[in-house]
Amino acid sequence: MSEARPLPASLATARAVAVPILPLRLRGVGLRLGGAVILDGVDLDLGAGGCTMVMGPNGAGKSQLLKLLHGLTAPSAGTIDWNGHAPQAVRARQALVFQKPVLLRRSVAANVDFVLRARGLDRSRVSALLDHVGLAHKAAQPARHLSGGEAQRLALARALATDPEILFLDEPTASLDPASVQAIERIVARAREGGTRVIFVTHDIGQARRLADDVVFLHRGRVAEHGPARDFFRQPRTEAARRFLDGQLVV
Amino acid sequence: MQNIAEAFSLAFALVLSGDADLFEIVALSLQVSLTATLLSCLIGLPLGALVAIARFPGRGAVLVVMNALMGLPPVVVGLLVYLHLSRSGPLGFLGLLYTPTAMIIAQTILIAPIVAALSRQVLEDLHGEYAEQFRSFCLTRRQIVRALLWDGRYSLLTVGLAGFGRAVAEVGAVMIVGGNIDHLTRVMTTAIALETSRGELALALALGIVLLVIALGVNAGVQALRMSAVRQAYV
Repeated sequence: MSEARPLPASLATARAVAVPILPLRLRGVGLRLGGAVILDGVDLDLGAGGCTMVMGPNGAGKSQLLKLLHGLTAPSAGTIDWNGHAPQAVRARQALVFQKPVLLRRSVAANVDFVLRARGLDRSRVSALLDHVGLAHKAAQPARHLSGGEAQRLALARALATDPEILFLDEPTASLDPASVQAIERIVARAREGGTRVIFVTHDIGQARRLADDVVFLHRGRVAEHGPARDFFRQPRTEAARRFLDGQLVV
Repeated sequence: MQNIAEAFSLAFALVLSGDADLFEIVALSLQVSLTATLLSCLIGLPLGALVAIARFPGRGAVLVVMNALMGLPPVVVGLLVYLHLSRSGPLGFLGLLYTPTAMIIAQTILIAPIVAALSRQVLEDLHGEYAEQFRSFCLTRRQIVRALLWDGRYSLLTVGLAGFGRAVAEVGAVMIVGGNIDHLTRVMTTAIALETSRGELALALALGIVLLVIALGVNAGVQALRMSAVRQAYV
C-alpha cells in the first residue's frame, strides 16, 4: 500500500454533537488481577487532540491501562473521569485495536459491514473504509486469509468505521514488517489529523518518535513520566526511562 | 452371516424396485426427524447461545441440567408426551396422538437439549475469542447472540447433525406416540422393530441398511459443507 487514502468527507460519519469526553483525568487508579498488582496509584491527565504514546517494559501495565480507559476492565481503586463520564458510558465514542486482531469468520467487507450495521451507521461506507486502509481489492476474501499487516489494517478500518473520538491502539504493529508498520502509521496519522485523539501503546522507540505528541512512560504499574515527546526523548527524567531509551534491559 | 448377505441383496432389491411402501416409510422418517431437528435448532441454538454468554447465579446448575438432559431416554419422553396427548391428558383435545405431529413433538423434546448443550459449548469457546472485541463494539446481547450463531454456523451444523442422528435412530418415543400405524406413522426404526419381532430379520436388516445409507449421505453432505468452510477459514 502506498498511502492511506482519506475518507471522503461525504462518506465520513458526522460526529455526534455531544459533550466532549476530554480531558481525561485519572486519580489514584489501581488494578489488581488475581492478587497481582498490575497498576498502582496511577495519576494521569490527557488533554484534547494529539497522539499519546504509552511506553514501558513488558508487564508495566500498558495494555491493562488501555482496557481501563476503554471501560473493558474496572479499576480496583481510584477514579477514571472522561470529562465527567465513566469509561463505560463513553465506550461507544471510542474504539480499540487489539494487538492481535480479532476478525470475524466472514469476508473482509462483512467484517466492516458488521460494525456499521450493529451501530446503525451508513452501510454504504464499507468500500470507502476499505479503500482508506488499502484493502478494497480484498473485500470479498475471507478475513482470516489476510496477512498480519492486512488483518491489522482491517481491524483499523473497523475501528474507524464508528468515527471514534478516541482511538486506542495496543501495539498494533508488533511483529509486522516495515511496510505494514508504515501503512498502519499513515492511517493512524490521518486519523489524528482528522481530529481523532490517539492513545497508542508501543515498544517501538522509533515509532514513538515518529508519532508521539506526548509520552506516558509506565514502569512497575506506575506512571514514571508523562510529558511532551520532545522532552521525553531528549531528556528523560527517570533512570528507568533513560535505560529504556538507551536500549538497556528494563524490568 | 447368511442373514446379512441376504439383507444386503434385499436392501438393494427394495431400493431398486422402487417399493412404494419403503419410500413412504423413508419419507416419513426424514419428514419427522428433519422437522424435529429444525425445531430443536430454533429452540436449542438461541438457548445455547444465551447460556454461553450469560453469567448468572446458578449457571453451573443450569449447565449440569442441560448436559444431563442430553441423556433423556426416548421411551420416557415418549411416555410423557403420550400422557399429555392421550384423550384424558391436558392436550388430549388436540387429537394429536398417533400422528406424525406427535412424533415430531416427542423427537423435538428429545433432541432440543442435545442441540442446546452442544451449541452452548461451541459458542462459549467462540465467545471466549470474541468477547472483548464485542464489548469494545458495544454490542447488545441480541447482537452478540446473532453474531455468534452466524460465525459458528459451520460448527453448529455438526451440532444439528448430532440431533438429527439421535432423532432418526430412536425408536422408543415414536413407537409410543406414533403407534407404528402402517401408511400413517410407520418410520424406519419402528418398521425395523416390527419386522424383527415378526422374525423377518432380513427385511429388518435391509431397512437398517437403508437407514444407515441415509445417515451416511446426510453426514457426508454436512462434512463437505464444513470442508469448504474450513478452506474459506470460516470455521
